[in-house]
Amino acid sequence: MKAASNLEKVLTSGAFAVTGELGPPKSVDAELVRKKAQLLKGFVDAVNITDNQTAIVRVCSMAAARIVLDEGVEPVMQMTCRDRNRIALQSDILGGAALGVKNILCLSGDHQTLGNQPDAKGVYDIDSIQLVRLAVKMRDEGKLLCGEELKNTKKSPLLPPKIFVGAAANPFAPPLEFRILRLGKKVAAGADFIQTQTIFDLPKFREWLSRVVDAGLHEKVFILGGVMPVKSHKALTYMKESVAGMSIPDELIKRMEQAPDPKKEGVRICVEIVQQLRELKGLRGVHVSTVEWEEIIPEVVEGAGLLPRPTLAEESLRGSPPA
Amino acid sequence: MRFLKAISKIPYYLLLTVEFIFKKLVFRCHMCGQCVLQFTGFTCPMRCPKQLRDGPCGGTRENLHCEVYPERKCIWAMIYGRSKFLGRTRKLEVIQFTIDWRLADTSAWVNYFSGRDGQREFKRNLRRQAVAVAEKQR
Repeated sequence: MKAASNLEKVLTSGAFAVTGELGPPKSVDAELVRKKAQLLKGFVDAVNITDNQTAIVRVCSMAAARIVLDEGVEPVMQMTCRDRNRIALQSDILGGAALGVKNILCLSGDHQTLGNQPDAKGVYDIDSIQLVRLAVKMRDEGKLLCGEELKNTKKSPLLPPKIFVGAAANPFAPPLEFRILRLGKKVAAGADFIQTQTIFDLPKFREWLSRVVDAGLHEKVFILGGVMPVKSHKALTYMKESVAGMSIPDELIKRMEQAPDPKKEGVRICVEIVQQLRELKGLRGVHVSTVEWEEIIPEVVEGAGLLPRPTLAEESLRGSPPA
Repeated sequence: MRFLKAISKIPYYLLLTVEFIFKKLVFRCHMCGQCVLQFTGFTCPMRCPKQLRDGPCGGTRENLHCEVYPERKCIWAMIYGRSKFLGRTRKLEVIQFTIDWRLADTSAWVNYFSGRDGQREFKRNLRRQAVAVAEKQR
């Protein structure tokens, strides 16, 4: 066990893992984070805490992760390279681990010009692959990027952060062959799990996955397919038009448009996708994300027949800092 | 003495200017001072709005254009196209060293040959690793 996190235990046990996603609020509404965490408790193995997603200012992911942890749900702290240089990133990995965070997800981050502070300076000191390698180096070698050991003083013991390191992959953005190559680089950098971009276009995803399997990458890393229940056809059309790197078939939009109850239809489509994903070779779990609709995740997980989730002692969740 | 010291820097700045003009025209260089052109199909990755040096982000559009600047082609799509054309796609598999920002606005040519950017050592290590992997497979 690298980090002994709940997510790692579920994945290594061979069970089909489920992760959720929780967006921190745009105000100091800690109660909302608690409420959302309670909604997800028992329905997911871990929950991603987004890091100022789409470059919009929110409660920072480390703080929200600690609140979620207090509710007895395991967080996956997302970290983007957009806002922090290597000093802050390493410091946040240490800080997160000290607060009991056991999973992190390394991302490049949405570009700052696409958010609500388009005049901000983007950092991008290192990229997501270098961040994966840095985090793995901290965990396995107990060293910082510069080679310095993770010791407080010369005589104090070596205390590296025990973290399960994840990365993202987008199966839908072109060029496809390069995507496989880049996934291989993330695996070579030491990523433990991969969460993919939201899947609406199953044939395209199958092609990507078959190439991943051909390259033998599915044996070296746990791959979780991303899914998302949507409320209306407008959301789908919006994503198709303005979110780059998304592939949404027209039939799906038509189906949502014609449905008498679009919300129910959205959940049904999502459940269908999860059920088809479960059949695929090389996929070890799903990642259910939503846009401010966390309360629907339990319904999706239940509908897909992924309950009950493998349980662990409450104690192991209440992330105690490393001894 | 101060005058001599100032004069002694002239050749360096002349070279820097030549390098800057040449690379700006040919590669639209950003003067990071540590060229990775030989890994990236002779296309400068610093033109990427996120300055990614290890491959494209997830925001490449269907028409291979950039997420941030829709009118521009994704630089990494260009790098992949050119690497494929030149038969250099294996070079893209290398995980790049992190940028040393102290070298920004200095001469990458001088940095390469003086070993200041650590790139020759980086390549030596890569070769050593490749040999070790090949031996292990045997």
